[in-house]
Amino acid sequence: MNSTGLFPILIGGLLVNNFVLSQFLGICPFLGVSKKLNSAVGMSLAVIFVMMMATAVTWPIYTFILVPAGLGYLQTVAFILIIASLVQLVEIVLKRYVKPLYNALGIYLPLITTNCAVLGVTILNIDKGYGYLQSLVNTLGAGGGFLLAMVMFAGVRERLETADIPEGLKGLPSTLVAASLVSITFVGFQGLFGL
Amino acid sequence: MFEVILAIIILTALGLVFGLILAFASAVMAVPVDEKVEALRSALPGANCGACGYSGCDGYAEAMARGEAQPGLCTPGGQDVAEITASILGVESAGVQEKKAQVKCGGCDQYINTKLEYRGIATCAAANQFYGGEPSCSYGCLGYGDCAAACEYGAITVENGLAIINKDLCVGCTKCVSVCPKSIIEMVPGSAKGIVRCSSHDKGAVVRKACSVGCIGCMKCTKVCEYDAIHVSNFLAKIDPEKCVGCGACADSCPTGCINIFGYQPKKQKAAV
Repeated sequence: MNSTGLFPILIGGLLVNNFVLSQFLGICPFLGVSKKLNSAVGMSLAVIFVMMMATAVTWPIYTFILVPAGLGYLQTVAFILIIASLVQLVEIVLKRYVKPLYNALGIYLPLITTNCAVLGVTILNIDKGYGYLQSLVNTLGAGGGFLLAMVMFAGVRERLETADIPEGLKGLPSTLVAASLVSITFVGFQGLFGL
Repeated sequence: MFEVILAIIILTALGLVFGLILAFASAVMAVPVDEKVEALRSALPGANCGACGYSGCDGYAEAMARGEAQPGLCTPGGQDVAEITASILGVESAGVQEKKAQVKCGGCDQYINTKLEYRGIATCAAANQFYGGEPSCSYGCLGYGDCAAACEYGAITVENGLAIINKDLCVGCTKCVSVCPKSIIEMVPGSAKGIVRCSSHDKGAVVRKACSVGCIGCMKCTKVCEYDAIHVSNFLAKIDPEKCVGCGACADSCPTGCINIFGYQPKKQKAAV
């Protein structure tokens, strides 16, 4: 079992191994939903929520069902199955009991089913040999890192909207240039806590 | 061979368990859908523009089914939608209640003070990102005419750094409302008799320093109104269009002259500042 402390794990997920900017997972929503600050925050909170739920369920299933049966190699298939069902279940429960949250999350909730960041964090937790608590903290860090990246990039993009950009670079090209610059800034965190 | 069968069994079992949980959950926690809501929803245009004041067509359909909203608030749908929705609800159609955009700021160049000189890109969106733009008042019209550019009906002009909306040309599409970075354009019913031309929630003293025609929240208007139609909340007066009869008493009493009753000239001129 990995013996890294909880705080370095949290910071690691948040900054050093930032999911979007260092590991390049979850780029889809990063480019797609970062146009407005409001929707970026909404999407990120939904991702954090689903990530936590997914980790809470996949880790025990992997450790107590798949490993004893010698089926560790099936983790990707099993995790996709679990995450997809989980998102459905969350959607049903929210629609019934927390209608305002359901309305606020809107289309983002089903979209998250196919978000590779969610699958990525559950698999990385296993690969790094984290315990249950460590996995949950790492997931929180990863989700927080996703939120951080989304909010920062939404701020950059709101400025880009009004900037005087040459015709050929307008739209996606300038967005990709900005994304690469933002991710370069996160290289500065490499090596922190020896992660 | 045993491993292969075990893998198949375990994955099938996982799938089955989750499938059963989902089936059980959707059966137990199903939200009953009101047939009326469905019918109303399909009658609405589905543009989700928000002109009715609810969160999209779904929200409006639900509010109508609950009896909280009147049919006819849907401006884009027009007369047809108003009649169809009214017939679904089983009530008499009162026609479409028109809504017109109004700028809630009266601070043209001669009244409002500036805190900086802005020479960047001449759009409100860009100016707003630079420390909130030129006006000292953070709720003040920037006057670069983003709203005028968004208006497809030529209803908005910018005069002396203040956007002015021509009521007769406005069709109530709400494009200007969403484009204004200061959020100072509001939709008011076409039958409204007047409006407070200020959006500032700052305290009176702060407003006075920034602008000579801002609402300072003194509540004089609330006291003189005989119809309980004007109220001050959070240092800003607001007219209730359903109660206002347009008598003009509030406009007469306002020390800064920020209340605009359409077609009414206040008796007492604006006090010297």
